[in-house]
Amino acid sequence: MSKELIRLVANTMAFDGETVLDSIDLSINDKEFLTLLGPSGCGKTTTLRIIGGFLTPTSGDVFFDGERINDLPPHKRKVNTVFQRYALFPHLDVYENVAFGLRIAKVPEKEIDDRVTEMLEIVSLKGFENREITQLSGGQQQRVAIARALVNRPKVLLLDEPLGALDLRLRKDMQQELKKIQQTLGITFIYVTHDQEEALAMSDTVVVMNRGRIQQIGTPEDIYNEPKNAFVADFIGESNILDGIMLEDRLVKFFGRKFVCVDTGFEKDEPVDVVIRPEDVDIVPEKDGQLTGKVTSVTFKGVHYDTIVDFHGFKWLIQTTDYYPVDSIIGIRLNPDDIHIMKKSEYSGLYGDYSSYSEEYEELNDPDLFPEDISEEPQELSQSAEGEEAGKDEN
Amino acid sequence: MKTFNRVFTILVLIFLYVPMLVLVVASFNNGTDPAVFKSFTLKNYRSLFSDSVLLPLLINSVIIAVLSAIISTVLGTMAALGIHSMGPKLRSATMAVTNIPLTNPEIVTGVSLALLFAFIGTTLKINNILGFFTLLIAHVTFNLPYVILSVMPKLYQMDPDLREAALDLGCTPIQAFFKVVIHEIMPGIISGAMMAFTMSLDDFVISYFVYGATFVTLPVEIYNYTKKPLQPKIYALFTLMFIIILLMMVAMNILQARDLRLSKERKMALNADRRKAV
Repeated sequence: MSKELIRLVANTMAFDGETVLDSIDLSINDKEFLTLLGPSGCGKTTTLRIIGGFLTPTSGDVFFDGERINDLPPHKRKVNTVFQRYALFPHLDVYENVAFGLRIAKVPEKEIDDRVTEMLEIVSLKGFENREITQLSGGQQQRVAIARALVNRPKVLLLDEPLGALDLRLRKDMQQELKKIQQTLGITFIYVTHDQEEALAMSDTVVVMNRGRIQQIGTPEDIYNEPKNAFVADFIGESNILDGIMLEDRLVKFFGRKFVCVDTGFEKDEPVDVVIRPEDVDIVPEKDGQLTGKVTSVTFKGVHYDTIVDFHGFKWLIQTTDYYPVDSIIGIRLNPDDIHIMKKSEYSGLYGDYSSYSEEYEELNDPDLFPEDISEEPQELSQSAEGEEAGKDEN
Repeated sequence: MKTFNRVFTILVLIFLYVPMLVLVVASFNNGTDPAVFKSFTLKNYRSLFSDSVLLPLLINSVIIAVLSAIISTVLGTMAALGIHSMGPKLRSATMAVTNIPLTNPEIVTGVSLALLFAFIGTTLKINNILGFFTLLIAHVTFNLPYVILSVMPKLYQMDPDLREAALDLGCTPIQAFFKVVIHEIMPGIISGAMMAFTMSLDDFVISYFVYGATFVTLPVEIYNYTKKPLQPKIYALFTLMFIIILLMMVAMNILQARDLRLSKERKMALNADRRKAV
């Protein structure tokens, strides 16, 4: 593993008494592609601006290559930024925009020319040297912004939602291109986004943030497969999150039934959150199912169907390539691998219930939109569902 | 209603411009009575340009106008930058203080400046303190708020990331201003400077209280002329001043329109991409 380049120690940021960052500790390695992921207002851009030198943390230290840089102004830092709205200089053409940093550094004219030409080639903008910024499309402006930052050969490139304003196809292309550029040039990328797919596709390390705190740090696989709490499980992909009791290592009870799982290290009879990914659920005939439920809604999503299944009041999202009509009774089977157990957290009960499912379930399940409604409902529902299920088993 | 609007507009324009028109016509009149147009002549202009008193005074006025415009533009731009970077509370308080001189009656400003200069003169034991410098200081003083008011909106419109991008690419804060920010707010600086120039060129009230015998500007001297019957060459002078100010105003409007169009184009380009993204 390459050496550590940047370290944030207990960084807290408050604006007018409102805490935006709450004691963040973060270590970033050389040549790493690290993504700060979270919903708007989670503190990810603030973290980026602290590293860029545009904000000084209210408390805590920032280290770069072992040196404390809290008070080092941005123009003396070996980092460059790609801004969200590009921030290209409108009074300069493409060439001069890219050459800007080199001219400030008084690089010889010949070298400027070589480096700008080379950089424009890397971002596929050869021949656009004399274009005005206003004549460029959003995607082209984006490339100029990246070239303008990278031409200075920074140790670290900071990217603040750089693909946010591009259309889907262009965004996918640019994701691949950015990743390629990062690997070829061997530069540390710190990337801010609220798009979880983007984060999973590009990063070596993902830092999930919410409400000014880091929720989880890990590889994309870790974050997806082993989410630490209900917020992460819900924010990264879709999740059904149920209340459960950990009876012993590798044995969990929910919906009144015992399930074998692979998780260990919990107290005996500890209440836990159980995560079941919608794509991991196997649908089987009713008689073979560990649980049976009724289909309440089906949405065609292209690759799969989003099927909402009612298990006695608690609704699950199941993604399946087979079509099960509304009102059909189905059974499901869960393999030990399909069940992931999390410790209870402040987010327990806020996420992972699809009772209020609609086409826009992602928005509807966002507790920041309906903080009161959601926080009470799912807990009640899951309890009643558990009770009913238990009662039925006894019969 | 539409016709009423039109008629009303035309009436307003007539009332606004007829006096100027009468003046222009009088400046070309070959008679002494402004009420009777005898024949067309340029002799008033000829005698104006050979006048040994009025012409130097015009030059005085232009010197004061140019210098006070330059000084107030530099100071006003610096002030606007400072105010812009303040917190919201302090900023609105400062803006209120800045705006008071705009609404303050000119005569009050004039008298208070005269008192201030008299006080300084007595304290420092300078006889005849009134003159070029008091006039210049007074003009800079009343020009400042106009510059600040025309630069501020440009600072608000500017993408704040632009300055940060310049810092990010290695500029010191001062370099960032001269290499990036100034280009963005230039239209505001130019219109502020032009406004200051015109305000200074035709100021009479404040100048009247702070001028000294050593340095007189044209509007002040003209006021002294009006105590006697007006000479026709004064009409020619007024016509020229009117045309200069008119041209400045037209130039300012063209600049502002161009600036508006440019920023609209930029916004539209950005929005087009946003729409595609949705």
